[in-house]
Amino acid sequence: MSERRVELEVLRYHPETDAAPRFQRYSVDCREEWVVLDALNHVKETLDPTLSYRWSCHMAVCGSCGMMINGEPRLACKSFLRDYQGVIRVEPLAHFPIERDLVTVIDDFMAKLKRVKPYLIPAQARALEQGEYRQTPAELKRYKQFTLCMNCMLCYAACPEYGLIPKFIGPAAISLAHRYNQDSRDGGRAARQEEIAAAEGVWECSFTGACSEVCPEHVDPAAALQQVKIKSTVDWYLAHLMPWLKK
Amino acid sequence: MSRKPYLREETMRWVFRHPRYLRYMAREFSCLFIGGYGLLMVWGLKRLSEGPAAWRSFLEVLQSPASIAFHVLALGFALYHSVTWFKLTPKALPVQVGGEFLPDGIISGAHYAVWAALSLAVLILAGAF
Repeated sequence: MSERRVELEVLRYHPETDAAPRFQRYSVDCREEWVVLDALNHVKETLDPTLSYRWSCHMAVCGSCGMMINGEPRLACKSFLRDYQGVIRVEPLAHFPIERDLVTVIDDFMAKLKRVKPYLIPAQARALEQGEYRQTPAELKRYKQFTLCMNCMLCYAACPEYGLIPKFIGPAAISLAHRYNQDSRDGGRAARQEEIAAAEGVWECSFTGACSEVCPEHVDPAAALQQVKIKSTVDWYLAHLMPWLKK
Repeated sequence: MSRKPYLREETMRWVFRHPRYLRYMAREFSCLFIGGYGLLMVWGLKRLSEGPAAWRSFLEVLQSPASIAFHVLALGFALYHSVTWFKLTPKALPVQVGGEFLPDGIISGAHYAVWAALSLAVLILAGAF
C-alpha cells in the first residue's frame, strides 16, 4: 500500500488559552486511500492528542464530520486525500461559532430545526387497530429526496445568506419542513408556514444554489426553498384576492 | 470547563471563495443593467410624448458610442440573467407525472418556448413583419 506525506494546516482554537483561532501545521504519512478524517485521526493518535473534532460513522451517514476543507464545506470522511494537491487546509464549518478546534457550536441550527416541526403531524389520526398510514410509490417520490438530509450543516456553511443574516432559518431546516409538507399523510403545513414562510424563512433566500452544490447526499435544498416560495406566494394571493376560499 | 465560543465574522471574501459565488453575483449584478434599460425605455417614452424633434434627438443619443456600449453590455447581462434563471426553473417548478418527475430539459425548454412565443408576439405587434 503506497503512502505519501501529507501537509495538513488545521485551525486550532483553545478557549482556555487562545484569544483567537490560529493555524497549526501537521506533517503526516498517510495511505493513498485515506480520507481527510483518517489523516486527522492519525494526527490525534500519533502527534497531537489535544486536537478536537467531531466524527462518528466514517461512511457519510451520520453527518458529524462536516468541516471546511480548502475553503469548501465537505464531510471529512468523504474527502479523499488523493484528490488534493499541496497543503490541505482544514477549518471548522463556516458561519458557526467555534467551540474548540474543529468543533462548532450547533445550537442555532438545532433550535431552528425544532421550530420547523420536522416530524409527521398526521392529517387524520389513526387508532392502532386501523393499521399503518398507507402511501403509494408516487406519493413517496414527491418528497423522498428530502428525506436523505442528515443534518450535516454543510449547506449552512455554503450559504452566504446564512453567513450574513444568521436569523435565516436556512436550507436544511426548511427542506425538512418541505419534506413533511409534501407528505400525503401529513397535515401540519399551516403550523410550519408560520416559521418557514416568514421573512426569516424562505424570503431570506436569494437562490445562490450553493446549498445544493455542496450537499453530500445530493439533496436539493435550493429546490425545496423555491417550491416553498411559490406555494407561499399562492397562499398570499388566495388569502388576499379570494378571502372567501379561506376555511 | 469554561466556554468561550469564537465567531469568525463573515466578510465579503465569500464572493471569491468559489466560482459559484462569482456566478451568483454576476446574476444579481445583471439586474442593474436590466433596470437601467427599463429606465432608458421610460425616458424614450417621455421623449416620444414630447414630439418628433425630441424623439429624433433621443434616437441620436442612442447612436452614440456610449449608448451602443451600454446596449451590448445590457444585452449580454440580460441573456446571462435569462439563461441562468431558466436553468433554475426545474428546481422551482418540478412537475410529477405518475411516479416520475418530468426531465429538467422539458421544464426549462417550456420556458424558452414561451419566451420565444412572447418575443414573436411583440415583434408582430411592433410591425416587424
